[in-house]
Amino acid sequence: MKYIDDFRDPATAKALIERIRRDAGDAPVRLMEVCGTHTVAIARGGIRPLLSGAVTMLSGPGCPVCVTPDGYIDAAIALGRDRGALLASFGDMLRVPGKSSSLEKEKGTGLEVRVVYSPLDAVTLAAATPDREVVFLGVGFETTAPAIGGAIKTAAVRGVRNFSVLSSVRTIPEAMGVLASDPDVRIEGFLCPAHVSVVIGTDAYRPVAETYGIPCVVAGFEPLDILLGISMLLRQKKEGVARVENEYSRVATSSGNRKAQELIRDVFVPCDTGWRGIGVIPGSGLRIADRYAPFDAEKKLGIPVVFAQEKTACRCGDVLKGKILPVDCPLFGKACVPEEPYGPCMVSSEGSCAAYYKYGAL
Amino acid sequence: MCLGVPAKILETGDGAAVVELGGVRREISVMLVDDVSVGEWVIVHAGFAIEKLSEEEAEQTLALFREIAGADESRNR
Repeated sequence: MKYIDDFRDPATAKALIERIRRDAGDAPVRLMEVCGTHTVAIARGGIRPLLSGAVTMLSGPGCPVCVTPDGYIDAAIALGRDRGALLASFGDMLRVPGKSSSLEKEKGTGLEVRVVYSPLDAVTLAAATPDREVVFLGVGFETTAPAIGGAIKTAAVRGVRNFSVLSSVRTIPEAMGVLASDPDVRIEGFLCPAHVSVVIGTDAYRPVAETYGIPCVVAGFEPLDILLGISMLLRQKKEGVARVENEYSRVATSSGNRKAQELIRDVFVPCDTGWRGIGVIPGSGLRIADRYAPFDAEKKLGIPVVFAQEKTACRCGDVLKGKILPVDCPLFGKACVPEEPYGPCMVSSEGSCAAYYKYGAL
Repeated sequence: MCLGVPAKILETGDGAAVVELGGVRREISVMLVDDVSVGEWVIVHAGFAIEKLSEEEAEQTLALFREIAGADESRNR
């Protein structure tokens, strides 16, 4: 298909890999792909071994399932169990472990969870079941935020009063700032997420590039996009500059999608929020604005999400921060496998541990 | 979950459009983008078109790829 196959040409990939190897210095350059979809694309495309010795790709915190705290899962289960809500969720949330259970395990004992493709499907479900409160489990980043906001506004306009959202929406630049300022992580360039950037605009990373002196390149998800993005980061390093560049100009712009941004500003308010394995990052969350309180499941049903930094042998937090690779976790491939995940990075198909496991890191 | 995919608009309607995703025709919301037309490409995420795809910009990136591949070929000659 045009605009997909065109970005997978093997001869161009080979040329880009040679260019990256020429531009890399003596020690491997430490770059972080922030987004889980990049992590999967890099693993599936076999890019990591092709760049071995020249570039080390670290996997960042941009997998929504991986960073959703266990307190959120516990609150979701309580909404179903204690408040009788019908839960609607993206499919990859089901196996994420809470403190003692998961939605999938609870579903096996009678908790009602419907998997939906879009938050709008949850509004439709609510309209079709007026005697039940339908709670959409709203996780994700700036890409999902406008879709969730759009669903809330649609419910308001259509008068669907039995619909609400348990929001755990996060914003990426704040998390990048935390990682950029961590001396243990030593990131030399960020491969910025493509579709978050479509919404927020590539200028949103300028504070990261300018404050911390770390080059940022927004890149698409096809193999050539990723390789060109890496090459652009290495060119910046070679020139001794740190700016924001846009490889994904066919979709992302410097100012982003204004309509989506307005919708986010209308429905949500920035807040501090906890990231699983990382901790609380100030201003990195989006809570539902008070004017939409009837659609805020926490307020409406009185079950708050409680964040507590979990103490466990799981090293997902260090993986998400780029401090270790998945294979360096003592649980990886032993107590923690995709069929029986111990930590969230092994749960989601976008998780770095799952990608390493599936595409042959063992 | 955060997977956005390119899709071609097949039909348009009031705030909605029909695209083909993975071989399945599906209605999506176009409330986040202005004036989509049949035949245009959009990126679809969680049931919403989040932006149009610029064919002109895509061609420019592809031209850059051809240039890189060409330069590499002449280097190896």
